[in-house]
Amino acid sequence: MTDLERSASAGDGHTDLDVAHPESQYPVADPGHPEHLPRLTDVDEKAADRATRQVATMFGIVPVLAIGFAVAYFALPRTMYIDFGFLHVNLQHVLLGTTAGLALLLIGIGAVQWARQLMDDHEMVDYRHSATSDAADREYVVRELQKGTEESKITRRKVLGRSLIGALAAMGIPLIVSFADLGPWPTKKRRAATIETTIWHEGVRLVNDITYVPIKASDLEIGQLVNGQPENLKELEGTEFQQARAKSSIIVVRMDPRTIRVPASRQDWQVGGILCYSKICTHVGCPISLWEQQTHHLLCPCHQSTFDLGNSGLVIFGPAARSLPQLPITTDAEGYLVARSGFTVPVGPSYFERDSRHDFKEGDN
Amino acid sequence: MARPAATVSDAPAVQAATPKQELGPVFKLAAGPSEYLDQRLGIAKLSRPFIRKVFPDHWSFLLGEVALYSFVVLLLTGVFLTIWYTPSMAEVQYDGSYQLLRGLTMSQSYESALNLSFDIRGGLLVRQIHHWAAMLFLAAMLAHSLRVFFTGAFRKPRELNWLLGVALVLTGLIEGFAGYSLPDDLLSGTGLRFVDGLVRSIPLIGTWAEFFVFGGEFPGDLIVARLYMVHILLLPAIILGLIAAHLALVVYLKHTQFPGPGRNETNVVGYPIFPVYMAKAGGFFFIVFGVLVLMGGLMQINPVWTYGPYNPAEVSAGSQPDWYMGFVEGAIRIMPNWESHLGGTTWSWNVAIPGLGTIALFFGLMAIYPFVEAWVTKDKAEHHILERPRNNPTRTGFGVAAMAAYGMLWIGGGNDIVATQFHISLNSVTYFLRVAVFVVPVLAFMATKRICIGLQRSDEERLLHGAETGIIERDPSGAYSERHTPISQGEAWTLTQHRQYAALMPAESDPDLSDGQLQRENLRRRASRFYFIDTLRKPTRAELEAAQHHGDGHGEIESGNGHDGNGNGHHSIEAGATTSGAIPSQ
Amino acid sequence: MGALSTLLAPQQQSSADTGTSQQVTQGKGLFAVQCASCHGLNGEGQVTSTIQGPPLAGVGAASVEFQVGTGRMPLSKSEVQAPVHAVRFSESEIAALAAYVATLGPGPAIPNPSQYDTAGVSQEDVARGGELFRTNCSACHNYEGGGGALPGGKYAPSLKGTSNVHIYEAMVTGPQQMPVFNDDVLRPEDKKAIIAYLNDLHSRPNQGGLDLGGLGPVSEGLWAWIVGIGGLVIFAVWIASKGVKAK
Repeated sequence: MTDLERSASAGDGHTDLDVAHPESQYPVADPGHPEHLPRLTDVDEKAADRATRQVATMFGIVPVLAIGFAVAYFALPRTMYIDFGFLHVNLQHVLLGTTAGLALLLIGIGAVQWARQLMDDHEMVDYRHSATSDAADREYVVRELQKGTEESKITRRKVLGRSLIGALAAMGIPLIVSFADLGPWPTKKRRAATIETTIWHEGVRLVNDITYVPIKASDLEIGQLVNGQPENLKELEGTEFQQARAKSSIIVVRMDPRTIRVPASRQDWQVGGILCYSKICTHVGCPISLWEQQTHHLLCPCHQSTFDLGNSGLVIFGPAARSLPQLPITTDAEGYLVARSGFTVPVGPSYFERDSRHDFKEGDN
Repeated sequence: MARPAATVSDAPAVQAATPKQELGPVFKLAAGPSEYLDQRLGIAKLSRPFIRKVFPDHWSFLLGEVALYSFVVLLLTGVFLTIWYTPSMAEVQYDGSYQLLRGLTMSQSYESALNLSFDIRGGLLVRQIHHWAAMLFLAAMLAHSLRVFFTGAFRKPRELNWLLGVALVLTGLIEGFAGYSLPDDLLSGTGLRFVDGLVRSIPLIGTWAEFFVFGGEFPGDLIVARLYMVHILLLPAIILGLIAAHLALVVYLKHTQFPGPGRNETNVVGYPIFPVYMAKAGGFFFIVFGVLVLMGGLMQINPVWTYGPYNPAEVSAGSQPDWYMGFVEGAIRIMPNWESHLGGTTWSWNVAIPGLGTIALFFGLMAIYPFVEAWVTKDKAEHHILERPRNNPTRTGFGVAAMAAYGMLWIGGGNDIVATQFHISLNSVTYFLRVAVFVVPVLAFMATKRICIGLQRSDEERLLHGAETGIIERDPSGAYSERHTPISQGEAWTLTQHRQYAALMPAESDPDLSDGQLQRENLRRRASRFYFIDTLRKPTRAELEAAQHHGDGHGEIESGNGHDGNGNGHHSIEAGATTSGAIPSQ
Repeated sequence: MGALSTLLAPQQQSSADTGTSQQVTQGKGLFAVQCASCHGLNGEGQVTSTIQGPPLAGVGAASVEFQVGTGRMPLSKSEVQAPVHAVRFSESEIAALAAYVATLGPGPAIPNPSQYDTAGVSQEDVARGGELFRTNCSACHNYEGGGGALPGGKYAPSLKGTSNVHIYEAMVTGPQQMPVFNDDVLRPEDKKAIIAYLNDLHSRPNQGGLDLGGLGPVSEGLWAWIVGIGGLVIFAVWIASKGVKAK
């Protein structure tokens, strides 16, 4: 038979769960708890001593590691590195991590080993109670709620309750309204001044990003890619600078005019095969400069939208839905590339109010 | 006149009613303080139900603990990080010890992250522990919810706890995203740009939502500070509340347990909290913490200094969010480029559907599943014994199908890494996944269901014929057979105690039900057939006894040939009740 | 390429006669044996036959030094992108081939060491090189030059272990799908800064432990599951297991 246990504390020793047990549900009877088998450490004093020593040793190593942590923290130079096989790492960092980590691990392993080997492992039984409250509680609560409701007079004078609810609901208005200044309101005017415009305009020179070196048309070879910005970007700083850069970034590519298709409407947007496109993907706005020199395809690394720069930036693969906006360019008197105008459509990701009828589509000319 | 107050005795307070036994030195020391507290807080009364509370033992019950302890580690390491981190997008010029960024302009938040990584001793360790703990928090929550799902622990009375869990996973996801966006590095900034495009694309309200979240145009100068507030105040408070409720329910309802001898729906068998579980669970906390610290020390994660400060004109190949956002990333990558231009408006299905739809679908399905299953089975009983996954093949199949769909989206999220590491065309991966995300889950469902039924058959073999011993015997006529030994009664009990649900035939017309109600009832019955028609029926007591008596010289009791030779198990088809509500038992 | 490109191409590189005539002769001989079967006996290219190779007029000595010096050429079989193989030629042979191909048309010359030798680059310039790298290069090659995916099975290769001169030459010549970053636009001092940044980055020890591949969150997530969840599950199984039983 089994050696079932001491009863549990919550132990009234019985259950109030109502489980129907039709005979047929249990073709095999529950044999009850299996006999408790003693562990080696229960019968063999030497084994128990060994286990005790194991646990105590594990706990005993922890202070050593803790001190090791302090030594690594104070005594090691911050820039010392280990160069050992494939290990090419900062020594102090690794030592701090391993000493503290092993220390914690040993406390845990010691505690668990103590529980597994030495603590009494007789299984105990506790009895469940139905999650449902008992009938007496439910009746009491219902009764007292009814009494209380009558005492509150709310049933007789209904207007009290209704007006209260109305009043509380109305407080939602100040609550919601208080958040109306979370950001500027994107009215049509504001949109036109922010997300629908960039700092590009007629006459702005195209320059290299980072170095601001202007770009001469004759400097570009076929197959060349330049990551560019408008020259007037360097007049901005801080938040304005970042916001401008998030829209004004461009790429300039030079392709063999015999291998590309320039529509009639865009003949004067390019200079002998040098074309300028927005660098901001029309999908969700990552900057794109992954250009394949021979196929003329531009791949966005974020979600793999691919645009054909030899065909007005039309989408040829991936989740972007609109072609990449092209910036009309020409050369100035000294041969440097300048913009003819700003972008003719809003750059960047789509938004609900965007009028997308003017983006270049398949079949446009 | 007021009645006199009851007199208060000056006699010393009544001692706690401890049994008369020799107490050890620790108890003697604690006696005074305990007495003090008990007179003010009633700690004996409070702790009585819990001191020897019983918890069942199984390794899979520790997955939830991994999540809990990871969260504790997150709180501890997070407080450390807040001491040095600056949530500001104001521009500064870098002058710290990481030479490769010397002199560059960057935000203060990025600079403080560099400061923590290079100039505060142990700073990088704590940063990395924090990040690994976040990864593990979400991974453990998912692993734990898979365990709960496959064992049916979400059934009554634990449906609400399941919902709390779903809320925890969702909140954890957002919390993690907010957290890794705080250093304002190139990788997480690219992620914020994605969120900007995603928010903007929401039909009707997109630009409003975008301007309200970012305080204007992207990137603005507010988003990092706002995410900081969300990350250290709002969401941790919500998570703590959800965890408290989640654990309170586990304590109140008591933990479920796996079937076994001596275990039934009315009891819980295991070890007491004090001392065994305190040691095991407390020890496990230290183990989880220790593993996390070791990972933080030995495995580099999120090296923000190599990514560089966020610049909206820069990006890295192979940009991905942290793994738990991978399924959304995958959906966004494989989605076809559908967008509608109606008049002057743009409806970006290509962004809004995968961006918001995957989250809504995933968490929505997760949340409603217990209620769907309860509707199908019409099971109103409480369940405290776990189901073995094989005994509910359809549910298990659904779970594996969901994992397969999730996995396909995961792969999609890393499709460029897959392309470079396995030398496959990037475009092919995307095209394949567009189909696979629908097809593979269906195949996974079918395969899983069959595997479960196969496992049920092998259970039935053991019950009727006993366990295979591997001992081959030859009888005088030359025929070979394998000897079987009968399984123990404990195992037989474990294999037959599970509850069976009926696959119901359609109901005929019923005067008590309206047409609409009858239609719904028949729909439910159809669903129950889909769920249970293939499941094997348990052998009845008569069949077991018959199998026992079929000696046939094949060895011991309970061996023998109870089958018709086709190897078909006993399947479940019950004639449906025609009156509403009456479900045949079994 | 051809006449039109030579008209439009900038006259930035020195003329064809960079090599000695002895080198050119040796190179021509090597070319005939090793390269002509794809590129034609005079480097005119073969674009219609089954064995294809682009024309080499105007690619310059730098292209040859890059392609042959990194082991990409000669290509052993036709594939979507030339992978790096073992280098087949000695340095002098490569110089000879380069000298010969340079005579086929004006193109980028092999950079001289002062252009790619990064000794003496200031720390500020190295940092600037990092910004240039992240603006121009990381979109294909990833934030630490670990490589990245291109459409159709092509890839931007890892830059780890690539020599300074080859990085310079790749920028100047734009091999295969890589665009051209010539010296007029991305000036030599900018290129030097980029190379200095890469060298410094790659020689640095990892501040935070094992690199896990340098592929970012994908590998981090993988290891979180394998080491984190996997390791803790092993511990969990141990914790819940019963100890050794006495007989």
